[in-house]
Amino acid sequence: MGNYAIEIEDLGKQYKLGQFQKYKALRDTIAGAFSAPFRAASSLLGGSSRQKQADRMFWALKDVSLRIRHGEVIGLIGRNGAGKSTLLKVLSRIVEPTNGHARIEGRVGSLLEVGVGFHPELSGRENIFLNGAILGMKREEIAGRLDMILDFAEVGKFLDTPVKFYSSGMYVRLAFSVAAHLEPDILLVDEVLAVGDASFQKKCLGRMEDVAHGGRTVIFVSHNMATIQSLCSRAILLDGGTVAYDGAVNETITKYLDLVHSDAVLPLDSRTDREGNGALQFRKFYAISKSRGITDTICTGEDVTFVVEYTSAAAGPLRNVSVSVPLWNHMGHHMFMCWTRMTGQDSAEIHPNGEFRAHIKRFPLMPGRYTLNLWSEVNGQIADWIRNAAYINVIEGDFFGTGYLAPSSHGGMVVDHYWEFVHHND
Amino acid sequence: MKEQFSDLPVFEIRPSSAWRMLDLRELWAYRELIYFLTWRDIKVRYKQTALGIAWALLQPLAMMVVFTLFFGRLAGVSSQGVPYPVFALVALIPWQLFSRAITESTNSLVTDQRLITRVYFPRIIVPISTTLAAVVDFLVSGGLLILLLAFYGMPLRLEMLWLPVFTVLLLVTALGAGFWLSALNVEYRDVMYTIPFLNQFWFFITPVVYSSNIVPERWRAVYGLNPLAGVVEGFRWALIGGGGKPGPMMFASTAVAIVLFTGGIIWFRSRERRFVDAIGSGGR
Repeated sequence: MGNYAIEIEDLGKQYKLGQFQKYKALRDTIAGAFSAPFRAASSLLGGSSRQKQADRMFWALKDVSLRIRHGEVIGLIGRNGAGKSTLLKVLSRIVEPTNGHARIEGRVGSLLEVGVGFHPELSGRENIFLNGAILGMKREEIAGRLDMILDFAEVGKFLDTPVKFYSSGMYVRLAFSVAAHLEPDILLVDEVLAVGDASFQKKCLGRMEDVAHGGRTVIFVSHNMATIQSLCSRAILLDGGTVAYDGAVNETITKYLDLVHSDAVLPLDSRTDREGNGALQFRKFYAISKSRGITDTICTGEDVTFVVEYTSAAAGPLRNVSVSVPLWNHMGHHMFMCWTRMTGQDSAEIHPNGEFRAHIKRFPLMPGRYTLNLWSEVNGQIADWIRNAAYINVIEGDFFGTGYLAPSSHGGMVVDHYWEFVHHND
Repeated sequence: MKEQFSDLPVFEIRPSSAWRMLDLRELWAYRELIYFLTWRDIKVRYKQTALGIAWALLQPLAMMVVFTLFFGRLAGVSSQGVPYPVFALVALIPWQLFSRAITESTNSLVTDQRLITRVYFPRIIVPISTTLAAVVDFLVSGGLLILLLAFYGMPLRLEMLWLPVFTVLLLVTALGAGFWLSALNVEYRDVMYTIPFLNQFWFFITPVVYSSNIVPERWRAVYGLNPLAGVVEGFRWALIGGGGKPGPMMFASTAVAIVLFTGGIIWFRSRERRFVDAIGSGGR
């Protein structure tokens, strides 16, 4: 004992499916009480209600055991629903585990969201104190750091204005600033960095780096692998509520990306919402990353191939074939398309079964989720057209090999470029 | 290494046992949060109101006028030889603290659900600070009462020294009811719809517009099972001497208040760990 900041032993958290309904009205309980005897009767008559009961429970966390030393900075990664937030909530004592236990040495500060408890009617200054108290700071601590907090937040003369009059940017800056000056022994952070504008994000990241390198124990949840790489000394991969991998950051990230591949190939055979005469039919869509193989998650800047498998009932070759794959972002904005006609490759003759491959060098989209359509034309007639055929996730990657990417508020694309510095002699 | 971290606080996270009492030491550690949440409730309540804190005076004043007119004058309800306005206001002020406290406590956990699902703190702080916020109105309207007592030339009495005791009893009752109602409302939102009814019902079984003397002597102890009956008559007795010395009714009320309070804490603590699951994580 004494060496670990956090020791977790067989920790589990079970939820009932449907437990996330908003609330229970008394009538439900009464109805439940009335139907219970019938359920009991029906289970006597052969239905195994115990089995059904078990089906309706799920483990958000199961058998999680971890040891985290004082001063370690841990990245916690995993797909959505892997249990990352649940683990942070259990460690923050917001929810209680179903079994197992954890031993924590030191004062815990958790940042699951910035601006918790902010009240719109209160002024910036008042909210700083309120939020600080909620996060566990003492009044003198807050007062002592007030100048730093204000400096960081850049709200200046609006300090005594109710925050309901703040722009969303100002609001977020103020909220993060209070949180950023929390100084517990152990800090639990859930993806809160993606706030504010470009320069503020950079500042937040810088602040987190200070915290991470300042000897504090930190557990950091993020989907941003670049951030995990730059901040953490060790990473833990959660999947399905259990620890799937625990080790060096790069290995864990590789495992994470592997995991994401497993559900990356999208069958299209069952899609009925297609248009066209059916001269050709799309069967599967997937993306191949040059370095990581089949994936539904692409890193900005890596070489990627889109693969579209097709089939056709035709006996002989298909003639005059044109194929396109347009992409949209989550706002419905058209980002780009890959089209055989643009590249001058509409094909005079192709085999009735096969795949189209679009090779993209240095994938240019910024992190986000994109949907794509598949479209084809045979002999001037639309053959197969599936809207929203698939989606791909793009995560942050190192496009320029410099470690820097524009913040997402500054455009949805990365354009390959370089600078030249020209000297004027006068 | 070992020595370096030996002074850090250590705590264990594990499934808790079903029955827990109040952890006073923890509550003390969180006293600043109690202060800030109380302060927030007070501050926010009167922001954007034209009259501000004057509302704390207007409400009991208006009620007092109406009661004096209808019950005191027209219905001729006995006020134990004391001017009816004084008789009514003495009871109205503690009643209003109670009424406000249960109304706002009931919804308090639901209103602060973002807080509860994002940060740990002893949850019982929420209904406590809601109730404490109501105390401010109580003190302000208490000032009004002092003016009224002076206006009617009511004498200072030695029994007034009992006021802090009855105030504590009032708070114990209000907190007790608040613990029950707020915890129940997390799981059953029906509770919030019963509040207007509960308020009215409780108002009429409490000797605010009438004196408990209208209840036959032998039934007083039973009547005292409504803890507010004892509290309100206690205030009246200490301030103006109406209604005679507190007897069995007072004991019954005190006992019920303590049971309500202790039971409320135990119930609250036993449900507490399920609040976040019941409220839902509010997205994400």
